[in-house]
Amino acid sequence: MKSFTYERATSVQQAVDAAASHPGSRFIAGGTNLLDLMKLEIETPPHLIDVNGLALDKISSTEDGGIRIGALMRNTDLAAAPEVRRDYAVLSRALLAGASGQLRNKATTAGNLLQRTRCAYFYDPDQPCNKRRPGAGCSAIGGASRQQAIIGVSDACIASHPSDMAVAMQALDARVETLNPEGQTRTIALADLYTAPGTTPNIENTLGNAELITAVTLPKPVGGKHIYYKVRDRASYAFALVSVAAIVLPDQTGRVALGGVAYKPWRSEEAEAHLPDGAKAVAERLLADAHPTAQNAFKIKLAERTIGLALSSAS
Amino acid sequence: MNRMNPTVNGAGIELSRRQVLIGTAGTAVTAVFAKVDDARAAADTKAAAPSPPDSQVNLVVNGERVALNVDNRTTLLDVLRERLHLTGTKKGCDHGQCGACTVIVEGRRINACLTLAVMHEGDSITTIEGLGTPGNLHPLQSSFIKHDGYQCGYCTPGQICSAVAMLEEIKADIPSHASGDLEAKSTVTVAEIRERMSGNICRCGAYSNIVDAIQEVAGGEA
Repeated sequence: MKSFTYERATSVQQAVDAAASHPGSRFIAGGTNLLDLMKLEIETPPHLIDVNGLALDKISSTEDGGIRIGALMRNTDLAAAPEVRRDYAVLSRALLAGASGQLRNKATTAGNLLQRTRCAYFYDPDQPCNKRRPGAGCSAIGGASRQQAIIGVSDACIASHPSDMAVAMQALDARVETLNPEGQTRTIALADLYTAPGTTPNIENTLGNAELITAVTLPKPVGGKHIYYKVRDRASYAFALVSVAAIVLPDQTGRVALGGVAYKPWRSEEAEAHLPDGAKAVAERLLADAHPTAQNAFKIKLAERTIGLALSSAS
Repeated sequence: MNRMNPTVNGAGIELSRRQVLIGTAGTAVTAVFAKVDDARAAADTKAAAPSPPDSQVNLVVNGERVALNVDNRTTLLDVLRERLHLTGTKKGCDHGQCGACTVIVEGRRINACLTLAVMHEGDSITTIEGLGTPGNLHPLQSSFIKHDGYQCGYCTPGQICSAVAMLEEIKADIPSHASGDLEAKSTVTVAEIRERMSGNICRCGAYSNIVDAIQEVAGGEA
């Protein structure tokens, strides 16, 4: 690990000011992904700003009947919150399908959203990777690509986003609230937080320099049956090959977001309009532009079948 | 793996001095002393290399207050093992994947390898040494022995610390992936134990005995 200076933030504004005055610095909350990457020297921040002391770890109500989730709320606490279990069950289910008890006790809401891909080549400093070193090439294309993305990919990168939580939040129309060093707040639809790899897979989101996520908001509950199915190589504590967050309403309309298939949770309203027609109709539209590799083409059929399982268990 | 956090206290010299003080009579000690002096002289002539940034941190470990100055890079795991010599907590993968380093911080189980010591100012930390003693074992320690919940034993301290906190999570009504009804009270079943303990890997494969050991204690408490 490269050495770094360290400070504990005293307020949200002070945290972003500190980040602005320390180029290359990182905010650290749970640290479960950042420290892992720092040990491998994939992340080498010269300065860490510990935001754990900021009081951003609660759920509150919003004016429109939804909830505001503090950026520092731990995954365990968010999954266990009574209002989440009751009104946003797909989010509890997704959180509980991710990581281990130990990691969920540390991992935070904002940190979970901003975690990096688990592409094995990104994690191996000895392999070329455009996300780690722009222009170096992509080892996953033509390499072991079973776990990689099948849609939204580019010639430079086929990494998938590893979060389960974000998939449920996408189905729930989550929005991200931020603060920047100029003192400005803004709200970003979760769908607009992540950027497609294109020719710059090293750029992963639309956050500005030193901009800090302070909360995630969910609109008022939509009701319906909430389902999260995750298909993975072992029964627990593994990243998704494919996951499905589904909300199915009594009239068979609803929402479907896919995890494990793209650089962000994958959802389309056009596909959702076909929910009453069944899983095949939804999956065909949702993955119409898929460009899988020979090793992960199975994810298309797997996604369709997992959506089918979700729909049948909702009825 | 050669990417492990090198050492920890920001001053290999300090550690060497302690080794010297521990055994002042040995001839080997003299050699170590000479080596340290050489290293120090070499460092003085270079004079440029600044010591890596460090911080003061206060912890409460197994009920005892400790104040340490640590290289900022030092993980909680390395502080426990290398500075406080509480070697019951094990370093397995050092990347949060195996659970061998599980300790209980402020009542919650975490991976000590994936957190920095400086991030735990004032925190209470319980390691396997703080759960029980050879003469006064924690019920889970006794149960692991009774059920032979190990083979090589390397994962055992992490398994036990994890299990202690896991049973508290069930009591606190924290649901799991194995919970059928999210709004129902959590119960201790084999499926729940297996799911909730999935962050602790046992490469010897003593899982069935580990589950038996935990279930016996959980049953006794319920």
